[in-house]
Amino acid sequence: MIDRTQDSMGRVLLTVVVALVLSVLPLPPWLSAVRPAFLVITVLYWSITAPRVGGIGLGFFCGLALDVFRGAVLGQNALALTAITYVAVREHQKIRLKPSFQQALIMLGALVAYEFILFAIDGWTGHPMTSPLRWIHALTGALIWPLATAVLDRVRGTR
Amino acid sequence: MALDRRGGWIVHARYYLSAAAYPLQLAVSSPAQAWRWTQDSLTARETLQTQNAALRQRDRELSLKLMRLDALERENAELRGLRGALPALADHWMAAEVVLDAELKGARQHLLINRGALNGVFKGQAVMDNFGLLGQTTRVSPWSSEVILITDPEHAVPVEIDRTGVHTIAVGTGDPDSLSLPYLPANADVKAGDLLLTSGLGGVFPQGYPVARIAEIRHDATQPTQIRATPLAHLEALHEVTLVWFQDSHPAAPTHQKDGVTTTGNASLQRQPAPALDLLPVPAFKRLTPAPPVPTNPAHRDDQ
Repeated sequence: MIDRTQDSMGRVLLTVVVALVLSVLPLPPWLSAVRPAFLVITVLYWSITAPRVGGIGLGFFCGLALDVFRGAVLGQNALALTAITYVAVREHQKIRLKPSFQQALIMLGALVAYEFILFAIDGWTGHPMTSPLRWIHALTGALIWPLATAVLDRVRGTR
Repeated sequence: MALDRRGGWIVHARYYLSAAAYPLQLAVSSPAQAWRWTQDSLTARETLQTQNAALRQRDRELSLKLMRLDALERENAELRGLRGALPALADHWMAAEVVLDAELKGARQHLLINRGALNGVFKGQAVMDNFGLLGQTTRVSPWSSEVILITDPEHAVPVEIDRTGVHTIAVGTGDPDSLSLPYLPANADVKAGDLLLTSGLGGVFPQGYPVARIAEIRHDATQPTQIRATPLAHLEALHEVTLVWFQDSHPAAPTHQKDGVTTTGNASLQRQPAPALDLLPVPAFKRLTPAPPVPTNPAHRDDQ
């Protein structure tokens, strides 16, 4: 099959920067609590659809960027994002074939795993944050997944 | 933070990475800044006039106070047996604008301000507003720095109660309008409305700056007494903060212990973590002598 899409690094970087801006944009607290992790979703999308362009490396650098912007322990988001992109890249062929609804469920699992790694590192480094609010974004992230894939598909050039 | 502390190079890497991130952070905050600017420039004439009048009145009040203060300072210096008046405690100050407070994620209370190492800001510097203590800098990049507010759950300020001189520690709660005082004994002399000042211990803040006012004291027979204080600084909707440099030679400057000798000056000193739970004197105290039930007089119970 001829690949008609252009998985150029340029497009990936463009979407990643937009997603990063969306993830750090100042919002009122109630909105900020339900804000999906746009960058994580974008990186997962690219790991599934174009694992050669956006893969573990992309996950690592995006995670590092999140660490710097969030003022987190350097490497916290990087580790979590690398871990889930690894799984996403390994299973990308299976996930890609699933219908949108099932993909959203898988994303829910991935986002919960991501947040769990952050949660564990927060605890180990001595500033536990046990508020249940921190898990909400996994749910909103899964809800927004069909929309995100539609937008990103368009950017990628497939319809 | 443990990893950050382990190696010097990570701190350096972070310094440059945050410098690289700063343009994007500025860009992200620009819509909010633009909105604020529009609001400012569209303020009605009457609003400006009333504001102006209020400021003028405040200015007059403050100058009157200052006159009296000069006299008091001279008198104080004479009482202490000093030849001349002491140098001013606050050496100089710098206003900084808040770039991002999006860091208020969950319980964490952090700010990003637009002054950094190139402006002479150092780690562990006191940050205030016109009403009281706000917090201190935790991370400094070339053009920006991160401020941890006194209400962050990881932040603790050594304070003294102005009325009685009792020293204790005010710990952040994660809620922008309350601090808790967990290390006061149940029988401590403290009342609602008491003013908390920085005690000058801990090496970051100088002595005698207002921090908070006691808001409520909850006695409970089964739990340690809970004391809540409201910060005097306006922690919500912060736009501008003040960074302060202190004169190290002033007696009220932050004390700093080095090799068992108390010296002043704190440039190398970092923020104060909250004491570990097992270091608390309270449980040991409880084990020795079970706390007597708090005497409740009927009148007291009535107004509850």
